[in-house]
Amino acid sequence: MTILESIPRALAILLVAAQLACGAPGSEPAPAEGPGSDSPSASLQGTPGGRLVAALRAEPGTLNPVLAADRPAQTLRYLTHSDLIHINRETQLTEPALAESWSVSEDGTLYTLRLRRGVFFSDGEPFDADDVVFTFEVYLDPEVASPNRSLLIVHGEPVRLEKIDAHTVTLRLAGPYAAGERLFDSIAMLPEHLLAAPYAGGTLSDEWKISTPSDRFAGLGPFQPSVYRSGESLTLKRNPHYWRRDSQGRQLPYLDELVLRFAPSEDAEAIRFQSGEIDILSDISAGNFVALAASATSAELSLRDLGPGLAYNFLFFNLNELAGDDLPAVAARQEWFRQLEFRRAVSEVVDRDAITRLVYQGLARPLGGPVPEGNRLWRNTALEAPARSVESARARLRAAGFTLGADGTLRDPRGAPVRFSIVTNSSNRQRVEIAAIVQEDLRALGIEVQVVPIGFQSLVQRLLETHDYDACILGLGGGDVDPNSESTVWLSSGSRHLWAPAQESPVTSWEATVDELMTRQLTEIDAAARKRQYDQVQQILAEQLPLVYLVSPNVLAGAHRDLGNFRPTILEPSALWNVHELFWTPSRKKP
Amino acid sequence: MTSRSARLAAYCLLALHAVAALPGFFAPYGYAVQDRDFPYAPPTRLHFFDARGTLHLVPFIYGLRPDEGGSYAEDTSERYPLRFFARGDSYRLLGLIPSSRHLVTVDAPGRLFLMGSDALGRDLFSRLVYGGTVSLYAGLFGAALALALGGLIGALAGFYGGRLDSVLMRTSEVFMALPWLYLLIAARAIQPLDTPPARALLIVILILGGFGWPRPARLIRGVAASIGRREHVLAARGFGASDLYLLRRHVLPRTGSVIWTQGALLVPQFVLAEVGLSFLGVGVSPSIPSWGNMLGDLQHFHVLTSDWWWLGFPGLALVFVTLAYHLLARGATVTSG
Repeated sequence: MTILESIPRALAILLVAAQLACGAPGSEPAPAEGPGSDSPSASLQGTPGGRLVAALRAEPGTLNPVLAADRPAQTLRYLTHSDLIHINRETQLTEPALAESWSVSEDGTLYTLRLRRGVFFSDGEPFDADDVVFTFEVYLDPEVASPNRSLLIVHGEPVRLEKIDAHTVTLRLAGPYAAGERLFDSIAMLPEHLLAAPYAGGTLSDEWKISTPSDRFAGLGPFQPSVYRSGESLTLKRNPHYWRRDSQGRQLPYLDELVLRFAPSEDAEAIRFQSGEIDILSDISAGNFVALAASATSAELSLRDLGPGLAYNFLFFNLNELAGDDLPAVAARQEWFRQLEFRRAVSEVVDRDAITRLVYQGLARPLGGPVPEGNRLWRNTALEAPARSVESARARLRAAGFTLGADGTLRDPRGAPVRFSIVTNSSNRQRVEIAAIVQEDLRALGIEVQVVPIGFQSLVQRLLETHDYDACILGLGGGDVDPNSESTVWLSSGSRHLWAPAQESPVTSWEATVDELMTRQLTEIDAAARKRQYDQVQQILAEQLPLVYLVSPNVLAGAHRDLGNFRPTILEPSALWNVHELFWTPSRKKP
Repeated sequence: MTSRSARLAAYCLLALHAVAALPGFFAPYGYAVQDRDFPYAPPTRLHFFDARGTLHLVPFIYGLRPDEGGSYAEDTSERYPLRFFARGDSYRLLGLIPSSRHLVTVDAPGRLFLMGSDALGRDLFSRLVYGGTVSLYAGLFGAALALALGGLIGALAGFYGGRLDSVLMRTSEVFMALPWLYLLIAARAIQPLDTPPARALLIVILILGGFGWPRPARLIRGVAASIGRREHVLAARGFGASDLYLLRRHVLPRTGSVIWTQGALLVPQFVLAEVGLSFLGVGVSPSIPSWGNMLGDLQHFHVLTSDWWWLGFPGLALVFVTLAYHLLARGATVTSG
């Protein structure tokens, strides 16, 4: 995962999507078949002790929360650190964390946070406002190049944090910001007493590597790193000073140890989960979920289908303004891609139900717009997946001047055969299968498509740098339900505006309208007005089809049936979001 | 015994290559045809007796309907007799002659899945046959190229000796040390995205052959060197025979048995190399089947646990081909020995 450390956050988010994870809030936990389908709504009183084994898809690039770019490192940040205001993964609302309360000024630009008292880092040192000031200084330092830095730039200006007293800080924004409270999530509070010296010396990026001895580490999360076995596992031990307590006042977490076992693929994870080597698993693929439910050991497992998450898969065409004569072949094909009727015909001919059934075993939902069903708060419910109609698609193409040749090949108004390639990332089998389905569907229109699965790094380079591709199948899924988490996708200047990223000014008029609406909702404090604006954005995106929305996969998770408080969420880190309250029921306790 | 088993192996291989040369005819369906109502269907059972116990001389199949358990049951209400040399999906024979005749098929809406179907409802038997074309001929042509290069270079090095020998043999060592897998990945990466699968296959063949010549070259060099010093060759040279004459008349014919044996050993190696590359996803495009990318599906947990049997077929075919070529190689060694 080290390559990832060098790529910006935008790409890291892309990768998250590429690995097909993406939790998303808002969906009703729909119990899976088999045992363990009871879904407790409130936390149960646990019994302390025990050891839980979870899976991690790769070794984290770093233990340093400031630099966590890859997904394993972000999971680790969640487990070993705490933030001031936290997004509860279950309710999807903000809740007090290290800040026990806060107030916002009337103009929405000044946040005053009162810190929890009597909080200690895992090494026993106290936590106070100096640590908060230090943390924001580090995150905002361009030299440190934290992937989270862009989150703290609001209206083009960095947020300003000031200490009022030892337990009060204020945060000033350049203007009102609709999702202000959500800014604080994932900003891990750092121990000034350990990191001030390396930061001053410019060596912060060398601190807290995965092999760093545990006595040089301190965090405010439920666990702290203990033993690292290269290529095998990272063991975390209970943080004896963790600030959270259960309703009876007992210190959390309940578990003594959390072992993160590195499993290189979703299949390796599933095999180990089935054999009992791993106790808890997020991001199970649909095929593996069905196989696990049918396996002989399924009685031991609690498998949960949480319904569609925030992830959405889509096909899109290269709509970049290509400079000069660099890519004449691509530029020639762009004449088709730029035609709305062409994109609509493609959208209409794709068999979304077949994708749902064949690729996801029915554990996905067809999409008609950019916001999946998992996001119940913000989805424009008027947007339905288009009904498949080959006839209507053909009529659209005919109207746009395309003709069907005698050999069954579609030809453009100039008589050139319509042929192009679709790239996708080879590591994601579901996407390669989706591409095979789209390829067959387009054949019905006389369009010959080559499917080219390539490595993820090379794919990102083509999409964002060289623009040397025709069409691509990819997925995205924000870390949060709030529209702001998708703003880099829909803003024409955004780094994830995949079909034509980082535009200096919007190329089309509808992109200009989307830009305006997205900017307006950013500062809109009235939630209903904000919803209307975002609905309008979705409406435009569904009409203009810069992305041909395909399906949104369900979020699937599982754990050993004797694990208490197992309530996975569609928001990351799905099964481990409430790791502090997970416990082994007396019927089975791990040694 | 050995020669008989070698002959048997040769016939089997001949038959197999003939099938692989005409995949459109031998496969009931096209490799990309998806029947989306039947993903992961089990192999279709052939019947001679119908539900009432009546014997039918032409075997027939029943249609499939999904049952509750996510599997399939036979729908005995309609029989579909096998049709031989009937019309079906169109294809081009040897890539040239348009045709739609298939060795065996059934009338629609019946579906003949001799080895079952995959995740997208594609017929696995058809994909195995088409995959054989890719895997077997990549091996065969790759080995032919390696032998042609190796034979020529080895014969020149052995016959002339001296500096030419040193240069050629050191070059062969360099080639043996080159990481050809990375070269292959790099060669694939610089190709345009819309490279047709046939060209991608050609690249695989060129790289297999282009990097496989050193071993046969070194062997043939040894043979050529020893022949070049034989008395009858020296005598011929004394009578004024040219180098070209000596190579053509005396040296190359003597290397024949070595070349045959090497060929029989190299082909299965290269078939396995292609399978390995496609298994890793750097061989032929996944849009067209090869035994390697079919075996690649076996890595998936749910396939491994519930549908492993159908993917065993490319594995079995591979074992069979490797075994047959090795028998052939042994036969060739014994004959020449």
